[in-house]
Formats: sequence, C-alpha cells, structure tokens
Amino acid sequence: MSATDLAANYNTTGKPDSADIQSDVLEVAMGPHHPSTHGVFRMDVALEGERIIKLKPVFGYLHRNHEKIAENTSYLASMPYTDRLDYFCSMTNNWAYALSVENLAGLQVPERAEYIRVITAELTRLLNHTCLVGFLLQDMGALGTPLMYAFREREKILDLFEALSGSRMMCNYMRFGGCRCDLPAGWLEQAKLVVANYPRFLDEFERLLSENEILIARTQGVGVLPRELAVNASVTGPMLRACGVNYDIRKVDNYGIYDRFEFRVPLGDHGDVFDRYMIRVLEMRESLKILNKALAEIPDGPVIDPKAKLRGFRPKAGEAYGRIEAPKGELGFYLISDGGPNPYRYRVRPPSLINLTILEDMCLGHTVADVVVILGSVDIVLGEVDR
Amino acid sequence: MLGTGIIKGLAETARNFIGSYTDPERLVTVEYPDQKLPAKENARNFPFLVFDGDDWEKGLRCVACQICEKECPPQCIYIEKSKDKKPDHLGKPQFYPAIFNIDVSVCMSCQICVEVCPFEAIKMDTAFELSTGDRFDALLLRKDHLAKSNDYYNSIHPTEAGEIDARRAEERAKAEAKAKADAEAKAKAAAAAVTEKPPDPTAATAQKTNPDAPSPEPPKAN
Amino acid sequence: MFETLDQIFILLKQGVLGLLPQGIRPLASCLLTVSAVFSVFGLLFAVTTLVERKALGRIQNRLGPNRVGPFGLLQPVADGIKMLTKENIVPRAADRLVHFLAPVVLIVPVALAFSVLPYGRNMVPVELDAGLLFFFAVGASTELAVFMAGWSSRNKYALLGAMRGIAQMISYEIPLVLSTLAVVMVAGTLSLPQIVSAQGGYLFGWIPQWHVLTPWGLAGFVLFLIAATAESNRAPFDLPEAESELVAGYFTEYSGFKFALFFLGEYWGLFAVSGLAVTFFLGGWHAPLPMLQWVPSWLWFFGKLLFLLSLFIWVRGTVPRLRTDQLMNYAWKFLLPLTLVNLVAAAAWHYSRSWDFPAALLWRWLACAAIIAIPYVLLGAALGGGRQKTQRIYRYAD
Repeated sequence: MSATDLAANYNTTGKPDSADIQSDVLEVAMGPHHPSTHGVFRMDVALEGERIIKLKPVFGYLHRNHEKIAENTSYLASMPYTDRLDYFCSMTNNWAYALSVENLAGLQVPERAEYIRVITAELTRLLNHTCLVGFLLQDMGALGTPLMYAFREREKILDLFEALSGSRMMCNYMRFGGCRCDLPAGWLEQAKLVVANYPRFLDEFERLLSENEILIARTQGVGVLPRELAVNASVTGPMLRACGVNYDIRKVDNYGIYDRFEFRVPLGDHGDVFDRYMIRVLEMRESLKILNKALAEIPDGPVIDPKAKLRGFRPKAGEAYGRIEAPKGELGFYLISDGGPNPYRYRVRPPSLINLTILEDMCLGHTVADVVVILGSVDIVLGEVDR
Repeated sequence: MLGTGIIKGLAETARNFIGSYTDPERLVTVEYPDQKLPAKENARNFPFLVFDGDDWEKGLRCVACQICEKECPPQCIYIEKSKDKKPDHLGKPQFYPAIFNIDVSVCMSCQICVEVCPFEAIKMDTAFELSTGDRFDALLLRKDHLAKSNDYYNSIHPTEAGEIDARRAEERAKAEAKAKADAEAKAKAAAAAVTEKPPDPTAATAQKTNPDAPSPEPPKAN
Repeated sequence: MFETLDQIFILLKQGVLGLLPQGIRPLASCLLTVSAVFSVFGLLFAVTTLVERKALGRIQNRLGPNRVGPFGLLQPVADGIKMLTKENIVPRAADRLVHFLAPVVLIVPVALAFSVLPYGRNMVPVELDAGLLFFFAVGASTELAVFMAGWSSRNKYALLGAMRGIAQMISYEIPLVLSTLAVVMVAGTLSLPQIVSAQGGYLFGWIPQWHVLTPWGLAGFVLFLIAATAESNRAPFDLPEAESELVAGYFTEYSGFKFALFFLGEYWGLFAVSGLAVTFFLGGWHAPLPMLQWVPSWLWFFGKLLFLLSLFIWVRGTVPRLRTDQLMNYAWKFLLPLTLVNLVAAAAWHYSRSWDFPAALLWRWLACAAIIAIPYVLLGAALGGGRQKTQRIYRYAD
C-alpha cells in the first residue's frame, strides 16, 4: 500500500476538504534539536495548511558503528555496548545478546539464572512502559506531572538494578551461560516490596489519566495503523498488539522459562494511540503477575553455566539468531561466527527502527500536533534506531 | 458525563500536593549536596588499583599480566611491564606495572577488567565527584592516582573485600605452612646429612663420589 | 476599629491629599491610585510566579525553587534581574516600530482594566456606570498585541502561532462575555461596584447571597473560568505559547525586558479576569459569613483572588493540552450553547423570585439546575462522540 492510497482515507475530523482553496505546500523540518522527538531525530514534513501530506523520517544522528565495532571486539566485550542500544532497557538488550550467543555456542543456563533473567526483564518492561506513559503525556502538554510520577517509580527499580549489577542504566549483567553475579543479600525482599507497591501507582495513574477527556480527545482515532499494514511492515511489540494481532514472542518462542508463568496478552481493536497507551498499561499489570510468581519461586543454585568461559571464548563456526520480546518489540541479534574470538557478522534487529518505518502512513492527514503524539506512541529510542 | 475524568485527575493531583507535605514518599527530592543518597554497596564508577599495607608501590597487587588491557572493550588501559620483579603477598617475585594508565574519558565503567583480573588487583571505585577543570591531563589517571589501599576497598565494598581478604589470608596461611613444612623438611634433611657424615678426614672426597649422600640443594623460595 | 482598618487605604490617601495644595489634588489622586494598583499587582505578579513554580513542584513530588533566599522568596528578584540584563535582540527583518509597540499594547489595556475593579468597600479606582463594558473593551484590545508580535517578527512560524493565538482568544471572548451577561441581567446594572453590593446580605442569617451559590451563577462561574483560562493562554489552552511542535510561539523573537513585559501582561490579564470573576460570582469584597465581617474587605477580595489563582495553577499541573481544532470545537459547540442556556436559567431564576410557598428555594434550585444540566449532558455526549467511543474494553488473547 503506497502512501497516496492511504492519503485518501485520512479525514478524521469530518471537516470538509479545502480542495478548492489553492494553498502552498509548507515544508518544515522538525528536529533534530527538538523537545519532543525523543532523541536526535528529524522529520521532514510537507504541510498543506495544517494537514500533513508527506513525512520523511531522517535518522542516523546517533550512529555509533555498533555493529562494526562488534566485528573487532570479542563476544564478551560487546556486551557493554549492547547496554547502550536501547539505553532505557539495558537488561533486555543484554539478554537478547546472551541468548543469541548461547544459541550459537550451545550453552545451557542454570535455573536460578533463568529466574533472575525473567525478573530483571519484567522489571525492565515496567520501567519502559512507565516512562513511555510519562513521556507521551509530556508530549501532550501535561507539563511534567505524569512524567514526574513515572520517574518516581522508575527510581525504585533503578535502585534495585544498582544494587544488583552496580550501575543503574548500563547494567552489563548477563553473561553467556547465565548472569554475572548472584543477587546480593536483601535484594529479593526489596524487589518484593517494590513490586507490591506498584499496583497502587498504576491505579493512581489510571485515576489521573485514563478517563481524562482531553487525553481521550487527543489520542482516540489518532494515528490509526491498519492490521494488514502492521503485519506487512513487520511491526512488533505493543504497536502490533494494539492493532489486534496476537503475537508476543514470550508466548510464541517460549524462550527462557516463560512457559512456567501464566500471563495474558492484551489486544487492542483500533490501533490508535489510545490503544497503544492502554495496551502498555495492561501489559504492566501482567508483568506484575509474572514478577510476583518469579520472586516467590526463585530457586537456589549457580548463576552461570560452569562450562562457560569468560576469556578465550571461541564458538564454533555457524550462525544463530536470538530474539526476545523487548519492551519495544522484537529485539533480535543475528550472529555469524567463523570460529575466531570476534564475530564475523553481528547484526541487531532494532524494534524501534522497524516500527518507525510506517510513521508516514500513520501520520498522513493529521496535524503537526498529532505527529508528536503519534511519534511518542511508537516508543522509539534513538540509540536503538541508529545503533 | 463530560468532565468527570478531569475532576478525578484534579483529585489525584491534590492528593499529591497535600501528600508532599505529609508523606515522605511523595516528596522524593534529595537536596544534593546538602543531603546525599545512601551509597549502594555494589555501585561502580571507575576502576582503581588495590595495594596491601601502607606502601603503595611495594604492596600493589597488580602483576602487569595485561589481561585487563586485552579484554577492555574500549581499550582505555595502557600497561607497560617493569624490567625487575618484586615479591607479592605470597613471597613470589612478580613483575609490576611500570606504567598503568586509564583514560577515564574512554572508560565506560563496564567492569570487565575487574571480572577477568586473576590477582584481585583492579576493582571498581564508587567515587563520582570527580569534576576537574583540566580537560586533558586530568582525565588520564596514572598509577599513583589509581592506587588506593585495601582499607579503602574494604570501606566501599565490605562484603567483596572481606571475602577476598579471607581468601588471600587462607592462601597466605597455606603458603606459609607449605614454606614452613618445606623449611622443616630441608632442615631435617640437612641435619640428616650432617649426622650421616662419617668422621673420616678423607670423607670430603668420598662425599663427592658417594652417590647415596644427598646433594646440597639451593634454598627454594615459594 | 475594624472600619478604620477596612478603609485604611482611603484614609491614607485622603490624608496625603490633604497635605498637598488644592490645585494638584486631582492629579495627585490619580497618581496615588495608579501607583498603588501597579505596586500591588506588580508584587502579586512576582509572588504568583514563585508560588506557581513551588506549587507545580509540590504537585509533581518535588521541591520548587528554594535556593535563592529562604524558601526561594527572592527567586522573582533573581528572575527579574535576569530578564532585565539580557540583550535586547530585534531581528533584522522585523518591523521595528510594531515590534517595539507590541508589548506596550499588551500592558496598557490590561492596566486600564484594573481601574474598574472594586477592591474593597469604597475602593474602586474609577467608578464607571458601564464598568463591565469598559473592562471587556480594553480586555479585547490585548489581542491586538498578540497579532502585532507575530506579524512584526517576520517569522513564518511566529505568524502561524500568532494567528492560532488570535483565533483562540477571539473564540473564547464570546463565552466569556455571555457568561457574565447572566449576572448583568439579574443584577440589572453594568456597574461593578453595584453588582458587588447586590451580593451583600445573608440568607437565613448565614448563607451569603453570592451569585456562585445559585445554579445559573455556578454554571456561569465555571464557564467564565474556562473561558478565562483560554483567554490567558494557560493550560490546557496554551498551545499558542507552549508550542512544542512548530517551535515558535508568537513571542519567540522577543528577548530581555520585552519578553518580561509579555509575561507580565499575560499574568496581569489573568489577575484581571480573576478579579472580575470574584466581583461577579464570588461576592466581591463581602465576607462569607456574617461573623467574619470584621476582616477588612480588601483582604477578602485578595483572598478570593488568590484562591482563584490556585485553581488555575492546579488545573495547569494536571491536564494535558488541547489541540487547536479541538479547542475551537469546544468553544463554539459546547461553551457557547451552554452560556445561552445559562441565560435562560438566570431569567427563570429571576422571574421565580416571587415564589412564596414553602421550600420555594429548593424548587427554584432544582428547576434552574435542570435547565442547565440537561443540555450539558446532551452537549457533552455529542462532543465526546458518544459513550461507545470513550468506553473501550480490551480483550486478552487466549
């Protein structure tokens, strides 16, 4: 489906088209220095009056040669660089990379490490969705109040990460065959406390926002993404589920030990910004269920495969693709090994970039104010888009 | 009815406003630098070199094996081995780093150098108040700046440091016990050699040709 | 003693005038009043900026500014010094005269609007028979300043922002005026001090007869406040100035003192409409209970004004912004019909004041409230697109 086909059915507010008024096309570049574009990201929009007729995303301002660096660095040394891909969710980036290397080298992960991985991944999902909700409302002009509440909760989880891995955001915690170190004393109790207090925060957020008429007016019917287009454009993550497609890699692949946890996958019907926002809120509640069970059931044991080597790690020649359900979508690492200490080819499948490719189709016919909101709902992090 | 959502939102905001005066959870500002957050034990910022005892040059644990230099992802460590050796905590002579530089503008605090070090010589510091006005020279930390005592290490990471100290004390005890046992065995052997010697004046030459007599060995240091 | 306190400013002014020769007394009287108004509202502006930042901070679980002076009380001084010492940049392509005049055209009418508000018993700077008409006339001329600012900057985006701002302010003038029309109808006069005195007296000895305590007054009060928020470009209607999208607002090309004047003008506009709301709906300078009448009347006026300002700050900290077209829809399709309905309800109230049977007050209340509530619900449903649209149920995959 080309952009012009979609342009025909963009009229969302029922106002008559001003086809008889000849107005100039205004070309504006939004960004890269912009308060609402979530990083250095540029959008070249062509406006006719207030409506957008063309939008071209321009990125690459944060390109850091991550994949090329990985070809010249050992497998272990690439792990800290994966933290910096999606810098909000470093634990899930680490897990995706560790999963790919474990697929490549055939390493086994002990039970306790799997539980720790699930706990940290779900905490990361809570982090990310909380922040996203805050940022979405900030873009809509709520002057920072929901953002401050979201960050207040995020701080608690970041404190947990700091106690566990030493660093709040660049955790560098997963290793091939398990985790770097075991949980410190008292961590489980603190984590249980944080998770027990989270539903109260979510309820407060719902009371503050989910029935807010202004929020509803600004997000319902805005940025609709049709199902077929989403599937064809390989959109993944909450964006895809908001269109009604049931695809959650945790259920599809059952990687790690996710098959032991009972959680539901929320689906939306309309595929607009409000659906994406609500899906994330519902996903947060499901994550809390997983966390409660995992924190209660975590067994004792080693946290790393005894056969895993830290130095001199040379997996056999071959290729592997490991993917997880990162908070933003499907995060995958494709590795080709030639038997040496460095990978021959290292490719990241960034969910933000792939989800961004249909930005134009979602934004056609909307006003500039809506574009900011739609971009916020796609949930991009430039570290991942540009690598 | 139109407006109920906004009214609920206003109620929530009012609760936060009043709560910020009464509930400590609703006023989360920590007024740095008058107040500081409690330091976490496992926190990490930049690496430092550990030395035992009081003399940092004599007690430096680093033996310049250059493993951390090889494994460091952004390659911010520069090591030059010394020409001579000095004894380590078990008494064995080891090389030491003549030059050990870390470029902290490049270091990404990933902690891989700490993980791969076999000698517990490099550890992560937690100090973060490192601002300086010098943009170039002060960002290259040299050996003298990096070396911090084991007591300092114990103060910032008590659990880790405690385990490491216990282990090293065990190793030292074992090494000393082995050295003592060796010394005793040597002394016994030397004493046995002395008592077995025949009071023959021609025994000096006989001793040399006697294959049964134990030959004097150079003293072994462990 | 309390009467003296109540009239202290009048007495002081008369005392000072008595010391001056007869010839310059009128001029001196003018100057004294004007300087009093300017100093009071200038101080209120400084205090409001600080209180707003601290209150927003507390709503957001953080402290507001507290480093400059105890509790941050000298923060406005620091902000003032900053604004005054910034370089005055005028874009090369800008129309210099219009660029210079825009802030002036903003401040002068708003200061004029302050002259007809009754601040206390006998404390109106200028007593006009058509005070309300004068107020709205000068208030509307502030919108010209917005357009002058956008036009003179010769900046495409500033002009767009200015046009949006003007459209918004003009659209919300109508509900603003119409909601006060109900009060004028019932009180029968356009003079502000007389409207205040019409709200004197206490029902059953303790309920004040403020207009806000009648159904049409309550609805009018809410409508007036919403329109006032839009007039002053405050959240949730601050799209023209907090443009995070097209970067510019109409005053982007201003720096230094002129920017400070725009800021001042916006806040003074807020004070003026709040003062009008207090006069029309909240009983002006009357005390809420008869036993509290010993508190000076000007204290009551400013107390109510501060209460309204805190309402504005509260709303600012809570709700996100409306888009421009939604804003316009709201003004024309929701507020305007409701203000007209409010007029009908006010007329019903006024004509039913001769009802004498027991519980007449309750029946009058119910009748007028029904006249307003039913269209409110219907219009709200129409605006929101129906209940089906807003209630969504999410299914889970199995």
